[in-house]
Amino acid sequence: MAETLIWLVAVPLAGAVAALLLPRQSTPIVSVTAVAASLVAGTLLYAVSEQGRLSYEIGGWSAGLGISLRADGLSALLLMMTALVALATSVYAAAYFNKAADRARFWPLWLLLWTSLNALLLSGDLFNLYVTLELLGLSAVALASLGGKTAAVQAALRYLLVGLLGSMMFLAGVSLIYAGYGTLDLSTLAGVVAAEPVAWTALALMTAGLLLKTALFPLHFWLPPAHASAPAPVSAVLSALVVKAAFYLVLRLWLDVFADLVTPAAANVLGILGAGAIIWGSWRALRTERLKVLAAYSTVAQLGYLFLFFPLLQALPPGPARDSAVGGLVILALTHGFAKAGLFLAIGIIQQRCGHDNIRELDGTAQRLPATTFAIALGGVALIGLPPSGAFLGKWQLIAASFATGQWLWILVTIAGSLLAAAYVFRVLGHAFGHQPYPQRPVTMAREEWPALILTAMAVLGLGLAGAPVWDLMEIGA
Amino acid sequence: MLTAHWLYVMTGCLIVALGLRTALLHTLLLHRLIGINVMGAGVFLVLITVAYRGPGLAPDPVPHALVLTGIVVAVSATALALALARRLTAEQDHG
Repeated sequence: MAETLIWLVAVPLAGAVAALLLPRQSTPIVSVTAVAASLVAGTLLYAVSEQGRLSYEIGGWSAGLGISLRADGLSALLLMMTALVALATSVYAAAYFNKAADRARFWPLWLLLWTSLNALLLSGDLFNLYVTLELLGLSAVALASLGGKTAAVQAALRYLLVGLLGSMMFLAGVSLIYAGYGTLDLSTLAGVVAAEPVAWTALALMTAGLLLKTALFPLHFWLPPAHASAPAPVSAVLSALVVKAAFYLVLRLWLDVFADLVTPAAANVLGILGAGAIIWGSWRALRTERLKVLAAYSTVAQLGYLFLFFPLLQALPPGPARDSAVGGLVILALTHGFAKAGLFLAIGIIQQRCGHDNIRELDGTAQRLPATTFAIALGGVALIGLPPSGAFLGKWQLIAASFATGQWLWILVTIAGSLLAAAYVFRVLGHAFGHQPYPQRPVTMAREEWPALILTAMAVLGLGLAGAPVWDLMEIGA
Repeated sequence: MLTAHWLYVMTGCLIVALGLRTALLHTLLLHRLIGINVMGAGVFLVLITVAYRGPGLAPDPVPHALVLTGIVVAVSATALALALARRLTAEQDHG
C-alpha cells in the first residue's frame, strides 16, 4: 500500500503536464486526473486507518540524499480534505471559466497547486518541505494573478514577496538545523534536538517564516487583498487549503519535532496572537462592505482558533484529555477548509450573476439564488460553530481544554469570536432576503451550485455527525 | 580551521540580516526582491560552509545538493516576481 504515496504526487503532476501540452483537451484531462487523485487519497486514508503510518522511499534511495514520503493520520486526513475540496472546486471551475482559453491557462497551474499540496503533506524532511512550500507559493501566486485586473496582479505580487520572505526565513532555520544536527529528517531530528541556542534560533526562524505564510495576526496584512481579488475557485483553495499547509507545518514542528523545546511562554505567545486574530479578523469581517473581503477576514479569524490550541496542548499532560484536544484542533481545521471553500464558491456565483459582491446590494439574492444562499448559510453555521457542524465539536474541545487547564482567557475569546461571527453571517443573510417571489426550482445553476452546497454540507453535517473517525485517525501518530 | 569556519558562518548570518533589513524596510519592489535574493545568498554561504568536514576529506554532498535546489527555486521565484511587475507596469502605462 505504500505505493499510494507516490501516486498522490505523480497523478496530479502528470495531469498538470498533460493539460499544459494538450490545452484543447485540458478539461477532460483534468476531470480524469481529479477523480483519480481523489480515489488515491481515499485509498491512502483507508490504508492508514488499517495499517498505521506508511512510508515510501522514491527510487529506493534512503533518506539523506533520497526523498522519502510518509503519511500518518494527520496527513491522511488533510490529504483527503485537499482531494474533496479540489475535486468539488474543479467541477465548479469548469463552469466558472466559461472561455476555453481561460480554462486552458487555469488547469495546469491548478493541478500543480494540488501536486505541491500533496507533496508537502507527505514530505518527511525539512528540505523537501522547503521545496514544496516554494512550489505551493509559486503556483498559488500565479493562480491569484489570473484575476487579470491591476488589483489582482498587485495583490499577487505582494503575496509572492511575503511568501518568498517566509520561505527564506524557513530555509535559514533549516540550514541552522543541518549545521547543528547533521540531519533534516523529521523523525530523526525529533530524537536528537536538545534545548540549546541553535535549536531555539532555528525553530524561531522557521516559525516566523511559517506564521507569515499562514497569515497569523498581525502578519495577515497580505491575505485579504490576495484572497479577495483572486478568481472564486482560486480564493476557495487559497483560504481552505494553502494557508492550512503552512499551519500544518507549524503543528508538526511544535507538537512532534521540537516538542521538548517548546516552553509555556512560547506557546502563550501563539495563543495571544491567535486571540488577536480572532477578534481583529471577525471585527473587520463585520465592518466590510464586500462579501469576498468578509470571507477573507473570516479566514484570518478562523486561523486564530487553531492557534489557541497551542497553549492548551502545552499545559495538558499526555493522555485522553490531550488526545481529545488534538482531535478538536484537527476537526476545526477540516471544518473550516470545507466551509470556507464552499463559501467562496457560493460568493463567486453571486458575483458572476449580480456583477458585484456588495453586501448592502444583495437584496433578493435569497429568492434568485436560493441554493447559493443556502450554501452561504450552511457555511455560516460552520464559521459560527453552531451544532451540528464540525466546528461545534472543535470549539467544544477548545473550551473543555481551557476549563481543564484553567486558561479562562481563551473561553472569553472563543465566545466573543463566535458572537462576532454570528453577527457577520446574519448581516449577510439579512441583506440577502428581498420581496421577490420564490422561484419554482431552488437549484438554478446546477454545475456551480452543487459543489458549494456539498462542501458546506460536508462541514456542517459530514464532519459534525460523523466526525468520530478523526479522533481515531489522530491516534496514528508520526 | 575552526576560526575560518566560524568566519564564514558569521558572514553568512550577517548577509542574511542585511538582506532581511532591505526586504522589510524598503518600499520599492526591486529593492525588496534584491534583498530577498541577498538573504538567500547568505543562507547558501552558511550551507556551503557546513559541508566542510576537515582538510583532505570530501565535503558533505547533502548541503551542496540543497544549495543547488535553493538556487533553482530562488531564480524561478525572482523570474515570476519580475514577470508580474512587468505586467503591472504595462497595465499602469496603458491607463
